[in-house]
Amino acid sequence: MEKQLPLKPLHVSAGARFGPFAGYDMPISYPLGVMQEHLHTRRAAGLFDISHMSHISIEGPGAAALVARACPYAPAEQDIGKGRYTFLLNPAAGMIDDLIVSRLGQQRYVVVANGACADKDFEHLSNLAEGCDASVRQIPRVFLALQGPKAAEQLSRHIPQCASLTFMQVLELPDGTFVSRSGYTGEDGFEIGLAMDRAEEFAMGLLADEAVEWVGLGARDSLRIEAGLPLYGQDMDEHTDPATVGLIWAVPKPLREQGSYVGAPALSDILARGVTHKRVGLKPEGKAPVRAGTLLFDGEDPDANEVGLVTSGGYGPSCGHPVAIGRISKSAAASENRFFADVRGRRLACGLHALPFVPHKYHRGESS
Amino acid sequence: MSKVYFTEDHEWIRVDGNEAVIGITDHAQEQLGDLVFVELPEVGRKVSKGEAAIVVESVKAASDVYAPVDGEISAINDALEGEPGLVNSSAQKDGWLVKMRLVDASQLDGLMDEAAYLAQVG
Repeated sequence: MEKQLPLKPLHVSAGARFGPFAGYDMPISYPLGVMQEHLHTRRAAGLFDISHMSHISIEGPGAAALVARACPYAPAEQDIGKGRYTFLLNPAAGMIDDLIVSRLGQQRYVVVANGACADKDFEHLSNLAEGCDASVRQIPRVFLALQGPKAAEQLSRHIPQCASLTFMQVLELPDGTFVSRSGYTGEDGFEIGLAMDRAEEFAMGLLADEAVEWVGLGARDSLRIEAGLPLYGQDMDEHTDPATVGLIWAVPKPLREQGSYVGAPALSDILARGVTHKRVGLKPEGKAPVRAGTLLFDGEDPDANEVGLVTSGGYGPSCGHPVAIGRISKSAAASENRFFADVRGRRLACGLHALPFVPHKYHRGESS
Repeated sequence: MSKVYFTEDHEWIRVDGNEAVIGITDHAQEQLGDLVFVELPEVGRKVSKGEAAIVVESVKAASDVYAPVDGEISAINDALEGEPGLVNSSAQKDGWLVKMRLVDASQLDGLMDEAAYLAQVG
């Protein structure tokens, strides 16, 4: 039995089509359709209900030490009011989840994690908290994302303070509302955590302007693939380490060689031995989408070598062609720029393509 | 005089003599969402009832379309290569998928008419 979003009645009355994701009955698309929802987000502002994502608060004198044990970065040096992309690793440096950890106070962090990983993340952090002077709590919230070139203008009407944020900065209002200038589309935008009892009114307020439309998980996926952003459970999982999936940039250099976080020795071993794979963008030459799980070969012939696989793929409405993200052996990626995807027994040619497919439009502010 | 049949797999078959035109229903295209690619079989291919003969791909996913009866593909809708969205805008007319020569017309017995199909999908 799937869990229901707190705002489900709003989605039902908006005509949403639902499907299961991360244990929830989620809006996949609305009457506008995936294609138009996607394009609307890139043109105006798309509103996403991402309340399946989990919010975990870490609080207390030992909060920084706990985050430092769980995640490969230096949370004690993190600016208050700033979020950071990181992950939880197991002892083999496999990824338990990817997350954004925001520092809200000297002794207070909030973790935003994938919905499908909510229980295991909470359990993992709670186990690590034993002996640390810090509490780990799940925070029930409605979580919305407003994404697109008109997101800042639209959200400012309701939360004027949000205009001053730059990419990855966060703020907390006196009533506990959490706002982060971040997202999963490559556009400028915000993610907003709201108390259950005021979320419906807030969403309706945003939707009152014609610049804002509900956007479902279908377009969320095509938007994030065009933006070259990985999806946990698809582009990486517990059996892949951050280096192999192209996420080592999120680990500060000194911590790649040595650290006291879970998985540190394994990660430094992997790096010392040399990373075997590379994360790449792929543009299929034909019109057929090449989807997750598709094997990649270095030639068209039946005896060509298997050199990798597609980890995310579909159609990119803003690109007007299929788009994919894959993992290819380093040697093949160095010597070839054309690969062949095995789709239903046919070998479809794909060229390497720089990621992202659509340039990021993050609001980084003047200082950066 | 042609007659139109509907299957439980959300296909329609318009039969005229031993020639059949096949497509997916308006209900099916609505469920799939915007199509971005349609993979059609080669003309001349023999297909059996229940065989995955056609693939329709939306932004999000690929779905098989099954041959509703035995037969030989006699034509494919070339317009779908440039404009797969025809299946969305005109599922039961311009967005037809293939034409087939039927082998055994008795396989049509037991398929639904439009009223029965519409009653089933609500």
